[in-house]
Amino acid sequence: MHNTGDVKVPIGPQHPALKEPESFLLTLRGEKITAASVKIGYNHRGIEKACEGRTYIQDLYLIERICGICSHSHSTAFAQAVEEIAGIEIPARAKYIRTIVAELERVHSHLLWLGVAGHEIGFDTLLMYTWRDREVVMDILAQLTGNRVNYGMNTIGGVRRDIKAEQIPQVLKGVDTLEERTKYYIKIAGEEPTLINRLSKVGMLSYEDAIRMGAVGPTARASGVQRDVRKDDPYAAYADIDFKVITHNTCDVYGRTIVRVLELMESFQIIRQLLAKLPEGPISVRAPRKIPVGEAVSRYEAPRGEDLHYVRANGTDKPDRVKVRAPTLANVQAVALMLEDRYLADMPIVVAAIDPCFSCTDRLVSINYVDHNSKNTFEWEKIHRDSIEWYKKRGIDFAKLNKTF
Amino acid sequence: MSPEEAIKNDLERKFDFLNGNITIKRARRIFVDVPFERFHDVLDYMIKKMRCAMLSGITGLDEVENFAAIYHMSPEGKIMVNLKVKISREKPHIKSIMQYFPIAEMYERELEDLLGIHVDGLPEGRRYPLPDGWPKGEHPLRKDWKGAGLEMKLEGADA
Repeated sequence: MHNTGDVKVPIGPQHPALKEPESFLLTLRGEKITAASVKIGYNHRGIEKACEGRTYIQDLYLIERICGICSHSHSTAFAQAVEEIAGIEIPARAKYIRTIVAELERVHSHLLWLGVAGHEIGFDTLLMYTWRDREVVMDILAQLTGNRVNYGMNTIGGVRRDIKAEQIPQVLKGVDTLEERTKYYIKIAGEEPTLINRLSKVGMLSYEDAIRMGAVGPTARASGVQRDVRKDDPYAAYADIDFKVITHNTCDVYGRTIVRVLELMESFQIIRQLLAKLPEGPISVRAPRKIPVGEAVSRYEAPRGEDLHYVRANGTDKPDRVKVRAPTLANVQAVALMLEDRYLADMPIVVAAIDPCFSCTDRLVSINYVDHNSKNTFEWEKIHRDSIEWYKKRGIDFAKLNKTF
Repeated sequence: MSPEEAIKNDLERKFDFLNGNITIKRARRIFVDVPFERFHDVLDYMIKKMRCAMLSGITGLDEVENFAAIYHMSPEGKIMVNLKVKISREKPHIKSIMQYFPIAEMYERELEDLLGIHVDGLPEGRRYPLPDGWPKGEHPLRKDWKGAGLEMKLEGADA
C-alpha cells in the first residue's frame, strides 16, 4: 500500500536550488506544499556589533559591505542618518550624485534579478541576454565610481567623486542602449506565452496579506500596494524628480516581473532628469569626527524595498548603536505564505521572486593599477579593450556579437 | 497644522501621560517615549484608530541602566512614528506584538537573541539570527558582552 501521509522535505541551508544559505522545511502531500517554514540567519556576521567598535567613517565602509548588490543603498542610508544627527546639510550636487548612483544600482539589480528569474524557470536565454546587457550599467558604474560593486561613493557629508561633464554623454548613451533592451524585455513579458504561463498565479500574495506581512518593494507593489520610500519619504534628490510608482494587481510572480521591468524604464528617465538638472557646486561638506549625542531613523528605497537604518550617537567618534533592517527580512516572512498550496517545483522561482539579497561575491576589478616603477597606468578602458583583444586572438569577437543588437 | 502635529495632538489628547514625551524631530519623524506599563494601550490605539498598518522594524538598545526597544511604525508609509519603551535590566521582558504584526516575529527573535530581552507570547520556533549551537546567556549586543571564552562554549567545541 502506498503511503498517503505527509512528507517533510528540508531544503537548505546548502542546496543547489538556492543561491544563498537559508533553509526551508516544506510539508508535502504528493507534489503540493501544505505547510512551509523558513529559517534564516546563516549570513549573520555581527556587523551591528562591529560598528559599535569602529569610527563612523570605518562603519561607512563596513556597512557598504553588508551586500554587494545594494551596497550603495546601505551606505547612503547610514550616511543620511549620521548627517541628520550631526545637523549636516549636504550640497545639492552631492544629493544628485548619490541619487544617480542609486538608480544605476537599481538598474543593475533589476537586470540581475530578471536573469535569475529566467534561469529559475529554465529560460536561460533570458539570463544570458540580461546579464550581458547588465555589463553596460556595470561599466557605467565602474567609470563613475571606480568600482563595479561597493562603489565607495559616499562619505559623511556628501560624495567622494564628482561626475565630470565629459562622462555624461557616455552615461546617456549607455542608458539609451539599456532602454532599448528593456523595451524588448517588456515585449517578451507581455507576449511570450511560456513566460506568462509559467509565472502567472505562482507565489500568490494578496493585497491584504502583503500589508499584513509587511512586504516591501517590488514584492509589495506587485500586490497593488502603493509604497515607495522615494515618494513617501523623499530623500536625496527624489523630491525634485518626476517619476511614477509602478504597481501591478496580479499579486503573483508575473506581477513582480512586470513591476521590475517597468521600474527599469522609470529609472532610466530618473537618471536622465538628474543628469540634465545636475546642480553646480561642491560635492561634500566637512563633517565632524565626533558626532553629537542624538538618534535618527533613515529610510531608503533599495532595489528590494525599504531599507531602514537607525543610528544613535553618544558624542564620541563611534556610534552607540547601529541597526539595519534590510528589505529581505521584511519580505522573507511572506515567502512561507506564497509557497503554501503550491507545487514543489514552484519553490525556486517563488523564493527568487522576492529577490533575496545575496551576499554578492561579484568580482572586483581594480580600475587603476599604477606601476610606480614604470609609471604605467592601466585605465579601465584599456583593460576592457585588452580583454576583447585577448579573446579576438582566440577567435571570439565580442564586438561583432554586440553589433547584432 | 502639519500632519505630524496632528498625530502628536491626537496621542496627547488620548493619553495624558504622553504630554511632553512626544518629539517631532523633523518632517516625517516622530519619537514617542511610552511607559512600559501602557505600551500596549498606545500600540492598540495607534493600530486601530490611527491606522498604523506598517511596522518597519524593532531596534533593541542597551542603555546600560536599562534596555529599550524602539518600534518603527508608520500610518501610511510616510510619517514614521518611533515608539520607545524602556525595559528593566533586572528582568528584561516585553509582550509580543505578533497579534498585530505577524512580521514582528523575526524582529522579536532578534531582541531575544542579541539582547536577551524575553518576549512574552512569542511562539516556539527556531532562533534568529544566531546559530543553533550558540551558548545560552550570550547576548552580543549587550554593552557588557565581550565574547570572552565564547569559543569554548560553542556547541561541538573541544572540552
